[in-house]
Amino acid sequence: MSSAVILKVENLKKYFPIRAGVFRKVIAWVKAVDGVSFEVLGGESLGIVGESGCGKSTLGMTILRLYEPTEGKIFFNGQEISGLPFARLRPIRKDMQMIFQDPFSSLNPRMSIGAIIEEGMAVHGMYSPRERSSKVQEILERVGLSGNYARRYPHEFSGGQRQRIGIARAIALCPRLIIADEAVSSLDVSIRSQILNLMSELKEEYNLTYLFISHDLAVVKQICDRVLVMYLGKIVEIAGKKDLFSRPLHPYTVALVSAVPVPDPDYKVDRIILKGDVPSPINPPSGCRFHPRCPVVQDICREVEPSLREIQEGRWVACHFPGSLGLKRTKEVGVEC
Amino acid sequence: MKRETRRLLKKFFSNFSACLGFVLLVFFFIVAVGAPYIAPPKSARDPYMMPIVTWSSNPLPPSPEHPFGVAGKRDIFYGVVWGTRTAFRIGIIVTVVSTLIGLAVGSIAGYFGKLVDEILMRITDIFMAIPFLVAAIVLATILGAGLDKVIIALIVFSWMYSARLVRGNILQVKEEQFVMAARALGVSDFMIILRHVLPNSIFPVLIQASMRMGSLVITAAALSFLGIGAPQGYADWGALLNYARNWMMGSQGEALRYWYMTVFPGVAMVLFVLAWNLVGDALRDVFDPRLRM
Amino acid sequence: MLQKNLLEVRDLRVYFYSDEKRELKAVDGVSFSVGKGETLALVGESGCGKSVTSMAILRLVDSKGKITGGEVIFDGQNLLLLPESRMREIRGKDIAMIFQEPASALNPVYTIGEQILEAIMLHQKLSPSRAKEVALEMLRLVGIPEPEKRLNEYPHELSGGMKQRAMIAMALSCRPQLLIADEPTTSLDVTIQAQILELIRELQKKLGMALILITHDLGIVADMAERVVVMYAGKVVEEGNRFEIFKNPFHPYTVGLLRSIPRLDVERKKLDTIPGVVPEPSSFPVGCRFRGRCNFETGECVQEPPRTSLSNTHAVYCHHWEKVRDSNAEVLKECRAQ
Repeated sequence: MSSAVILKVENLKKYFPIRAGVFRKVIAWVKAVDGVSFEVLGGESLGIVGESGCGKSTLGMTILRLYEPTEGKIFFNGQEISGLPFARLRPIRKDMQMIFQDPFSSLNPRMSIGAIIEEGMAVHGMYSPRERSSKVQEILERVGLSGNYARRYPHEFSGGQRQRIGIARAIALCPRLIIADEAVSSLDVSIRSQILNLMSELKEEYNLTYLFISHDLAVVKQICDRVLVMYLGKIVEIAGKKDLFSRPLHPYTVALVSAVPVPDPDYKVDRIILKGDVPSPINPPSGCRFHPRCPVVQDICREVEPSLREIQEGRWVACHFPGSLGLKRTKEVGVEC
Repeated sequence: MKRETRRLLKKFFSNFSACLGFVLLVFFFIVAVGAPYIAPPKSARDPYMMPIVTWSSNPLPPSPEHPFGVAGKRDIFYGVVWGTRTAFRIGIIVTVVSTLIGLAVGSIAGYFGKLVDEILMRITDIFMAIPFLVAAIVLATILGAGLDKVIIALIVFSWMYSARLVRGNILQVKEEQFVMAARALGVSDFMIILRHVLPNSIFPVLIQASMRMGSLVITAAALSFLGIGAPQGYADWGALLNYARNWMMGSQGEALRYWYMTVFPGVAMVLFVLAWNLVGDALRDVFDPRLRM
Repeated sequence: MLQKNLLEVRDLRVYFYSDEKRELKAVDGVSFSVGKGETLALVGESGCGKSVTSMAILRLVDSKGKITGGEVIFDGQNLLLLPESRMREIRGKDIAMIFQEPASALNPVYTIGEQILEAIMLHQKLSPSRAKEVALEMLRLVGIPEPEKRLNEYPHELSGGMKQRAMIAMALSCRPQLLIADEPTTSLDVTIQAQILELIRELQKKLGMALILITHDLGIVADMAERVVVMYAGKVVEEGNRFEIFKNPFHPYTVGLLRSIPRLDVERKKLDTIPGVVPEPSSFPVGCRFRGRCNFETGECVQEPPRTSLSNTHAVYCHHWEKVRDSNAEVLKECRAQ
């Protein structure tokens, strides 16, 4: 595993304007991603978790420059890509690919599977046309589909098969980084495990780095090495997956981990039921953004925003009182028997 | 794709009204193509000019010689047959050109958004705010009489409808993840519009175009009826109705005396519009993505 | 035991008819029962017929489908034989339902209050002022803050979790004996899901109603259900109490499902998978419907698998359940040895 930093994000912000009136004046900003910094090492898979509206998908899109960042810098392979004009961005796009959530809307219904997978290779002038079509066959077979599916159309396939096609499209370019946005969320349980295993295998084979965005903690735990937790546009905790799931430090992470139902009737956990809903990212709370829902809130949390600091090697938390809320459960994380 | 095409065809022809529309269209097409055989021109002059068959300006009822009667000194049958060609010509040219303009304007506005969209859509709004018939009359008057002038006037005032539709569809398709996926692959904007956005938003436009084909012919006829369309004696359904203008009320105690002057060109027009609408309707059903699979 | 059952579904069949007039057996001979105050989970993947089954209990199968056989005995009467007018009284009053998408289940042009009042007035003869009191009480019961204010708000002014609470308030306003919850938390975030599940559990205790929970999430099942019915391709494959299903599953599908999910509480290097895809109703295999994806398959499986009763509550529909049991024991032994 190479441990060079492949992706570095510095104070990244993405605000969306809300316009109103005849002159479409900006009346407010949705602060979807609000000052996020982290690094991804080559060969690792970093999970980004959080609930809807926390900005995790926007973060992925902004890193790929599918959205223009409002502020902040993105470095890929040491090169700053945040200010790069699109023409110079194109060769870099080959190295950063995306797998989308919805296997039904992420494939153009009027293009054959072969054309869909080939398109990226053609854009980047990879291989000759003949080589490309044999490459398509090869990749289709690699993701567990038959090579002669190339002539078929997306609507002939099931959700799981379409997601395999989406993965084939991404790996066809031999990228270094793949951003997977809720890549298995819409799949059935028995299909989900197939896709997760496929993604793990491909990671080894192609030496990929994953940025795995998901709301499902169990899935993230299965596929990732490190996990980054977001809440209302900010990072609240970054940790190795073992640490994060056995001893979460930020109260929000604790609540999140405790809320996940576990398929074992013997498993009991002191479930921390958070009160209320996630506040609006248009007008986030003062101080710590989690303070209105935090079970261990103190006065300082309402006024002073905690910064993301490294409190142990590799463990970053943005909380004034990390670890003050503990996770109590009957069974510790262990090996299955 | 063959299987797909066959499936769509099967679906199209399993619908009665679609078949009726299609049969009507085929019939009109045969009439238009076979016009020189169905109603052979009398002289070597322009066959589109209806020959003068009588010197009296009174209309004559249908007779073996003039099966649809005579109006404005000219044979109605000849006019209806050759008028089919005119109807097709106006319909197709106007629809194709205005749809192409609409496609270009709509896709640029929809895909690029922001200021470009704002400007193009405001221009579209302005064109839509002008009362169509009045504007077409003014324009046709400025340009002068003639079929080509009518066609230009119709194009100028009908491209906005497809532009709006295209833009709306593109805004919708643009949000689909496969467009994002193509951008992530590094595909250029132009190719994204051409390969990903347009193929997925064009069918509603084609369907609308086929529906508009019918109504355009009515509008063109209205212009001819007002005397700004085709030149005197040109084979055109609207022009035939124009001849009927003074006779429409019939004569004392016999309101329907000159029925043939309006009925024959009128029926042709109604059937023509109906045919396009039926076909358009059926196409919409066939291509409705919600009904697929 | 039999006497106490609130709902008994026997050999229920719901067939759908495609455009080509093909018969699609979406639900094919499903039987189960729910006791008073009990929580039963119907589990399965998309297309297994769990939602269709629940709609068929209320006789709300859409126009392309038809209930072609079976009995739905609720409170001693067969719902499938009742006149439509009587059925309308039962819907909402005795059996209520909540859906996956609270956003689309609420009508956007009416306020929350109007919709709850409609549900109340439909089945109870109350004065308007009394009905409003009941509505407020319900909103308070489901934990909606400032209920007086919410009564006059429209669905779009509420968050997803609040909408689901409002839906529950509506469903429970007539104190039904049975609540059918079809994926009630699938569209919600984890922390909101925890809130709603807690609320349903509480209300169930308070009101003493039975619950049929339809879900694909085995975590929720282990958390909420007393008994579990596992469905696959329109048929029940295994049923039992939750310990039997989670600790001693005997159907290859149940086993495969449990082994293929990533879990928070245990470490799994590689997930087990069930090969192949979930079949479409048009291509369900003959005999055992899990054929083609099953490791235990033999020639025998073209025959309809018999129901084997293993305990009062536990039953499995598989020719080879004994082999599955032995293989489970082996896996456990191997795992312990490591």
